Amino acid sequence: MAKDKKQIRIALRNCGFINPENIDEYIARDGYQALGKALEMTPEEVIDEIKKSGLRGRGGGGFPTGLKWELTRKVEAEQKYVVCNADEGDPGAFMDRSILEGDPHTVLEAMAINGYCTGASKGLIYIRAEYPLAIERLKIAIGQAREYGLLGDKIFGKDFSFDIELRYGAGAFVCGEETALIHSMEGLRGEPTVKPPFPSESGYKGAPTNVNNVETYANIPVILLKGSGWFASIGTEKSKGTKVFALAGKVNNVGLIEVPMGTTLREVIFDIGGGIKSGKKFKAVQTGGPSGGCLTEKHLDIPIDYDNLIASGSMMGSGGMIVMDEDDCMVSVAKFYLDFTVEESCGKCAPCRLGNKRLYEILDTITQGKGTEDDLFKLRNLGNVIKDTSLCGLGQTSPNPVLSTMENFYDEYLAHVKDHKCPAGQCKALMSYIINPDACVGCTLCARVCPVDAISGEKKMPHVIDQSICIKCGACFEKCKFGAIFIE
Amino acid sequence: MAKVKSLDDLKKIKEEFLSKEELQKNGDKSLGIVQIKVAMATCGIASGAKKTMDYLINELDNRAIDAVVTQTGCMGYCYAEPTIEVTLPGKEPVVFGYVDEKRAGDIIEKYIQGGELVGDVIPVNYETIEEHNIE
Amino acid sequence: MDIVKLTIDNTPVVVEKGTTVLEAAKTVGVEIPTLCYMKLDDMEFENKPGGCRVCVVEIEGRRNLAPSCKTECEEGMVVNTHSVRVVNARRTVTELILSDHPFECLVCSKSGKCDLQTLAQDLGIREIHYQGEKSTYKSDKSPAIIREMDKCIMCRRCETACNDVQTVGTLSAIYRGFKSVVAPAFEMDLDHTNCTFCGQCVAVCPTGALIERDHTWKVMEAIINPEKTVIVQTAPAVRAALGEEFGMEPGTLVTGKMVTALRKIGFDYVFDTDFAADLTILEEGTELLGRLSRFLSGNKDVKLPILTSCCPAWVNFFEHHFPEMKDIPSTAKSPQQMFGAIAKTYFADKLQIKRENLVVVSVMPCLAKKYEASRDEFKVNGDPDVNISITTRELAQMIKNANLKFTELPDDDFDRPLGESTGAGVIFGTTGGVIEAAVRTAYELHTGKELDRLDFEELRGLEGIRSATIDFDGLPINIGIAHGLGNARKLLEDIKAGKSQFHAIEIMACPGGCIGGGGQPYHHGDVNVLKKRQKAIYEEDAGKTIRKSHENPYIKKLYEEFLGEPCGAKSHELLHTKYFDKKKKIEI
Ligand SMILES: Cc1cc2nc3c(=O)[nH]c(=O)nc-3n(C[C@H](O)[C@H](O)[C@H](O)COP(=O)(O)O)c2cc1C
Ligand code: SF4
Ligand code: SF4
Ligand code: SF4
Ligand code: SF4
Ligand code: SF4
Ligand code: SF4
Ligand code: FES
Repeated sequence: MAKDKKQIRIALRNCGFINPENIDEYIARDGYQALGKALEMTPEEVIDEIKKSGLRGRGGGGFPTGLKWELTRKVEAEQKYVVCNADEGDPGAFMDRSILEGDPHTVLEAMAINGYCTGASKGLIYIRAEYPLAIERLKIAIGQAREYGLLGDKIFGKDFSFDIELRYGAGAFVCGEETALIHSMEGLRGEPTVKPPFPSESGYKGAPTNVNNVETYANIPVILLKGSGWFASIGTEKSKGTKVFALAGKVNNVGLIEVPMGTTLREVIFDIGGGIKSGKKFKAVQTGGPSGGCLTEKHLDIPIDYDNLIASGSMMGSGGMIVMDEDDCMVSVAKFYLDFTVEESCGKCAPCRLGNKRLYEILDTITQGKGTEDDLFKLRNLGNVIKDTSLCGLGQTSPNPVLSTMENFYDEYLAHVKDHKCPAGQCKALMSYIINPDACVGCTLCARVCPVDAISGEKKMPHVIDQSICIKCGACFEKCKFGAIFIE
Repeated sequence: MAKVKSLDDLKKIKEEFLSKEELQKNGDKSLGIVQIKVAMATCGIASGAKKTMDYLINELDNRAIDAVVTQTGCMGYCYAEPTIEVTLPGKEPVVFGYVDEKRAGDIIEKYIQGGELVGDVIPVNYETIEEHNIE
Repeated sequence: MDIVKLTIDNTPVVVEKGTTVLEAAKTVGVEIPTLCYMKLDDMEFENKPGGCRVCVVEIEGRRNLAPSCKTECEEGMVVNTHSVRVVNARRTVTELILSDHPFECLVCSKSGKCDLQTLAQDLGIREIHYQGEKSTYKSDKSPAIIREMDKCIMCRRCETACNDVQTVGTLSAIYRGFKSVVAPAFEMDLDHTNCTFCGQCVAVCPTGALIERDHTWKVMEAIINPEKTVIVQTAPAVRAALGEEFGMEPGTLVTGKMVTALRKIGFDYVFDTDFAADLTILEEGTELLGRLSRFLSGNKDVKLPILTSCCPAWVNFFEHHFPEMKDIPSTAKSPQQMFGAIAKTYFADKLQIKRENLVVVSVMPCLAKKYEASRDEFKVNGDPDVNISITTRELAQMIKNANLKFTELPDDDFDRPLGESTGAGVIFGTTGGVIEAAVRTAYELHTGKELDRLDFEELRGLEGIRSATIDFDGLPINIGIAHGLGNARKLLEDIKAGKSQFHAIEIMACPGGCIGGGGQPYHHGDVNVLKKRQKAIYEEDAGKTIRKSHENPYIKKLYEEFLGEPCGAKSHELLHTKYFDKKKKIEI
């Protein structure tokens, strides 16, 4: 029976099962046992378990979690901090929010384990203020955990004290970048700084700081309970465990899924996602949000893991996955993401601040039908330079949507700039509504619905659309009962 | 509440909770309690889960059905929100999708009272950590 | 000392651990272009946001190019500073910066001294391939500084100067992405903020985004007006820097040429602010001795240490940030304002003209002086004591406008009486100079003995905070010196906490003192320029026959004929001022 199930729920194990506002329900599902168990071990032993599990950061970068803990542990300092990154700003992503809303204690428990391992007595959760329900449930959870003595002084009667506070972000995407996040928590402008120094050396208030993502944390208790061997048996050689995705776009079953690393895109889209809506043809899938790229038919059977996605020109990112069908224009898709990056760039470094703006402008020109082949060269050079020279991960990945769509759908770009056509029929400026004189019976309906009087013609005679007046609203196309109007 | 001082303390809480739950579930059918979980995450709430939950509580009360309605997190079936999970005494849980007030009424009448499944049952399509074993 | 070995452009390099690739490259003759980076050794100024990305280099084994200004050398690193990939990236990034920049070089006050322009020239940018919308901001014209943020390239140097060095905190980056800009909070005009007009932001800005308010035209108008007698005073630091504007080596003293040039430009009298500096010393020194003797005779209400008050940016600073301490600084006006007050009374009387018909122009290394001259308390019936204040840079422009070949001008001497000065007046131009001048006079006034040495090396140097104890014939006087407002803040906090051991403290807002003023020729991050200017100032002092303010014969005459005695009634009326609590003004 298990064989045909494509998903395994590790990070989401309690979401939808327990009442997140009742700590007893979490404990009933083995909650806080991992913490108790960890405190019986030495920090080194726990770190070793995490290292052996092969867990990598789920916040996007995929840095080995055990190694990060070890690095933070090794820095000597009076005060250290453990931070949970709950800034989740990718458009369409809500994995972290769901975990915090459905299973807040798992994050608290894992942070305490992290604190024990790294030598931090203080945990901070940086959460966007736009997540009121998650904040509410975290507050309740922290309160209950303190009441039970699972946070606070002498946890489990051991010589280990740890407490957690919430910090609120204003919702800037770039504040999810760990150095920007730390500056934002310090009350400074939320902009990244060059690494090194890494937060594990010098982070919050200059103290060694271990930053992990919500989903990363959600895996920790399970690793300790089920064992690193169990965890490492799931996944691919270099990417262990599962990944939560927010599956969206043109698939039938949009939603939150958790699949073992190594699952193929085909399985995700066609088996779990139930295939493309309305029987349309699959065209591309965007992973990794604004940092990622568009993958196509030819990538469908690649096992999903950190390295394969990067090799195919995309990214794991935090787990957004948007499926596109034949009606989606790839130039517009790239433009959509660039629009987001331009808004979210912090402005600190020139290539990202200015380069992304120019990329966007070129894409806009192309979708307006005013692009030239020269623009395609510019897009490619500029995209590569932005990746190569930007200060933080935002700029280093922001051209991916453009570069990957150019790589995989160059013909579509060419069609825009050479033939001034949008093959997907999305770019309004590039399409024309035309009346087929052979099919038009001259009912005058179209002329009456046209808001700008672009259609003329005698009753019972074929009508014509004046292209210089038409604003491409599509009203005539919708209304014509004889199918006489077509789009070119 | 006394502080948890050891793993044993933790296990006690777990066992107490589980035996209470067991009792609710597995008492003989007339005594057992119907358990309903409403997915109340931001996504569920946005598509009307609160209304559904209020309706369920009221309606079950009206019909004098012994049930516990609790909130829970997102079950992941965004396309079918609001979703609820219903566990009848002695039976496996069943997840229903698209549960607006009207469907909630149907579910009470046909499934909870009549034991007959009503459309759009969401099949459980994942393994739990308990189920997954190393091959 | 740990060392690391690496190769840069195939050349082996050995450097100390912690050295950046940029610095390491310099040691083997490789000059990697930079734009945002600026570091002034010994001046606590370091701007390394890693933002412009012009300095990127290729490091073997790294996925992305690395900013050489921010990247520390590591053992075995293999660096390439001019591969095709690097050069293309550098040029593209520069083009991007230019694509959001107004093309106004022909009429830009920074032209010829602009780091961005130089970069574009050096890289040979001949076409900007990426064009698009340009960001625009409202311009802001204060009495001293003009902000044209359309020309801002977000290098953040001004922010570092204002926040880290000066700890004033007026400027910071606001907004995000393409719209981001460095500005006062809520994009307020500088005039309505707590800005001190120290001009340090202007001194480090690589472009024409921050510039002084140009008053040269007002000077020309006064000069051609037959009803006006126009006199000029020149601050001590000007003569040590002006030559740089004409290609002369930093630290070349051009006092004589400057006087000739001013005459040729058409000023009726060419005077010296140094004269007023001597006057300041008599007033301030007397005030110090007064407070000291009252303190020593047991009066515990006396405020000590006394703080100098000759730097108007410093005055602005404590009025805005420490108004509760406004009775600690000396009440003596700055030399610029003392000069104005004497000129408009004593000298106008001598000429037998109305003060309104006497135009006092000052040439200053300073932007705060423009603001100071406009303060209401320095006006009589609306007529300012100092009508127009221009900077060293503006004077250079006027000299160029007058078609003078500056380097070849003969030397000339200041007019009398307000042009006679001592070595003590000259050293006002550098950090430590005011207090050294004061010591020379206060010592002799207090002890009645003649000093056997005039060079107080212990007060000199460029360290941010310095201190020394001078033996006033058995009475040890503890002296503190701070330059840069951040350092001043530290001393003030100590005083506030009752921890200060000092009797007198000299404070100058600009790092280095006036030699590093916001109106001086740009140093472009070369701290040696400041050091050479400082050296020149001490040279001029050493060359003077009279080196103590109280021995200036024209100062003596001024007291005899006009003022009476230092800190007397007439002095109080003309040469002392009061300070205001300006904290509330900035609340919004
Ligand atoms: C522009 C940008 C945005 C990011 N946003 C997030 C985020 O919302 N949540 C997150 O966990 N990590 C985010 N990251 C990654 C973090 O910098 C950091 O790598 C991560 O929190 C580390 O946790 P992990 O090792 O558990 O993945 C972002 C990175 C960049 C460059
Ligand atoms: S890459 Fe973009 S977001 Fe990152 S520091 Fe540069 S401007 Fe800011
Ligand atoms: S598309 Fe709209 S504007 Fe154009 S002809 Fe049809 S109705 Fe008129
Ligand atoms: S700031 Fe520099 S580059 Fe810009 S217009 Fe002025 S001189 Fe030219
Ligand atoms: S003049 Fe001085 S105080 Fe004013 S903004 Fe510039 S650096 Fe800051
Ligand atoms: S105003 Fe000048 S110094 Fe300040 S960031 Fe802009 S360009 Fe740099
Ligand atoms: S130190 Fe000199 S140049 Fe600087 S603000 Fe003060 S008086 Fe002006
Ligand atoms: S000079 Fe190095 S990033 Fe600007």
